[in-house]
Amino acid sequence: MQNLIDLSIHELCGLLGKREISAVEVTRAYLDRIGEVDPKIRAYLTVTADQALMQAEEADKRLKKACDVTPLTGIPLGIKDVICTKGVKTTCASKILENFVPPYNATVMERLEAHGAVMLGKLNMDEFAMGSSTENSAFHPTRNPWDLERIPGGSSGGSAASVAARTCAGSLGSDTGGSIRQPASHCGVVGMKPTYGMVSRFGLVAFASSLDQIGPISRDVTDCALLLNAISGHDTRDSTSVPGEVPDYTGFLMPGLKDYTLGIPREYFISGLDPEVERAVRHAVSALESHGARLVEVSLPHTEYAVAAYYIIAPAEASSNLSRYDGVKYGFRASGYKNLMDMYKKTRSQGFGPEVKRRIMIGTYSLSAGYYDAYYRKASQIRTLITQDFKKAFEQCDVIAAPVAPTPAFRLGEKAGDPLQMYLSDIFTIPVNLAGIPGISVPCGLSSSGLPIGIQLIAEHFEEAKLLTAAYNLELALGRREDWPIP
Amino acid sequence: MKITVSQIEHMAHLARLSFNPSEIEDFSKQLNDILGYIGKLEELDTSRVAPATHALEFTNAFRRDEVKPSLPVEKTLSNAPERERRGFVVPKII
Repeated sequence: MQNLIDLSIHELCGLLGKREISAVEVTRAYLDRIGEVDPKIRAYLTVTADQALMQAEEADKRLKKACDVTPLTGIPLGIKDVICTKGVKTTCASKILENFVPPYNATVMERLEAHGAVMLGKLNMDEFAMGSSTENSAFHPTRNPWDLERIPGGSSGGSAASVAARTCAGSLGSDTGGSIRQPASHCGVVGMKPTYGMVSRFGLVAFASSLDQIGPISRDVTDCALLLNAISGHDTRDSTSVPGEVPDYTGFLMPGLKDYTLGIPREYFISGLDPEVERAVRHAVSALESHGARLVEVSLPHTEYAVAAYYIIAPAEASSNLSRYDGVKYGFRASGYKNLMDMYKKTRSQGFGPEVKRRIMIGTYSLSAGYYDAYYRKASQIRTLITQDFKKAFEQCDVIAAPVAPTPAFRLGEKAGDPLQMYLSDIFTIPVNLAGIPGISVPCGLSSSGLPIGIQLIAEHFEEAKLLTAAYNLELALGRREDWPIP
Repeated sequence: MKITVSQIEHMAHLARLSFNPSEIEDFSKQLNDILGYIGKLEELDTSRVAPATHALEFTNAFRRDEVKPSLPVEKTLSNAPERERRGFVVPKII
């Protein structure tokens, strides 16, 4: 019998359906795996072993009766600790929420529960999703399973590392400026940010409300489609959630790209891009060409302003969203305060980490009287230009191909002292969030030192189907990963 | 535009944060680097561009004004740092 943790979600689903294995066996295998490997990776902040086994028993009941069975029934998943899970600590990797236990489930959790999925635990991240390396977690960093001295990426570092380390069958992350796609690339797994509004943000702890989206991280493209099916769809509790039917995304996993045009943005292949990354991405593009895609060069002329615009808009929204952490109704409250103002300042200063405080300060500055027009309004205008760039480019192509990150995973501590350097590494992922369009990161090679490299595929609003077809064909061309890292 | 210490202190107060002098010095340098970088947006003439207020073009999502179940009081108080009967205890304001 093949090791259960080596199977993808769709393979597990087949065996569970035929009752060749039980959900409890699968969950036990994963809990054992977590015990064995997670002390080295440290992807998990909370492991919910008892609850997971109970959920697995419930899943087995469904499977036995062949009633209410979905492809996710009995499948053990990890959840980024930015998503509210009823009765289970949700910390956002921050001291200010260190002991916060949500009294409700996020909509995506309700959906996973309805599908009969199993939650193994909550995954590490950069504090309040602010970061690109998971080094900003208030608790501890997570390590890249491919090289334990390197970062897994961020902010969904735990979510990506756990999939690569096979300590879960799949996970959920969140993406505001690249936080699913970049760690997926650094950890050699698939990660997708859906169109803004496709997945409900109810129960997602807000960082930047006009940019945040929850999305799947998985071992292969088929698993990504299965997770997307489960979590997508309109939710009346999220007023930015888009109405409309969700298709069965697995229906788009078809070979052949005969009528596809792939756009290659000239502004994304510039100096500063690691030559090995460029080689791997171009190799993947050739692979797509060999499956029938036509190539065309496109231009996204305002690319160079995207990072600057994002680092005004996102911190501005964050400064507003994080004003709720005041020690009054939930979360950490400082002691030894003299009055209300002192309580607010001590609570927030002690409870938030340095990156969070930095972004709150930038946001406060760019929204304050006298600076709003020069900064926030200007950045919002740039955002319009970036969105228009993509619209024009998509008149000539179906899907845009681009790198995910300028280099493979860097070493722990390497960029921690220079926040601006860290921000600049998000250059390829940020524009996608600003425009609200979907993007997926698919593994496409390893560097000479054995570090994963991903290619990013980008499509227009609501064209997840095109992304999945292209990604599926890339997987067919390059082969699904069989060689997972041994941490 | 270089940000001054007194501006940082003012922003900190607005954001209900407090910093010690060495933190202010670190922040001062980092914020100036970041704001310097962000300043490149000045290069572009955006006088005839509408600001993007929302990622997608949707109008308000309203619902009918009907009372629906909400969190029971006990649940609402379950994470309270300090509570008394059916309320949160906070420092005196008035």
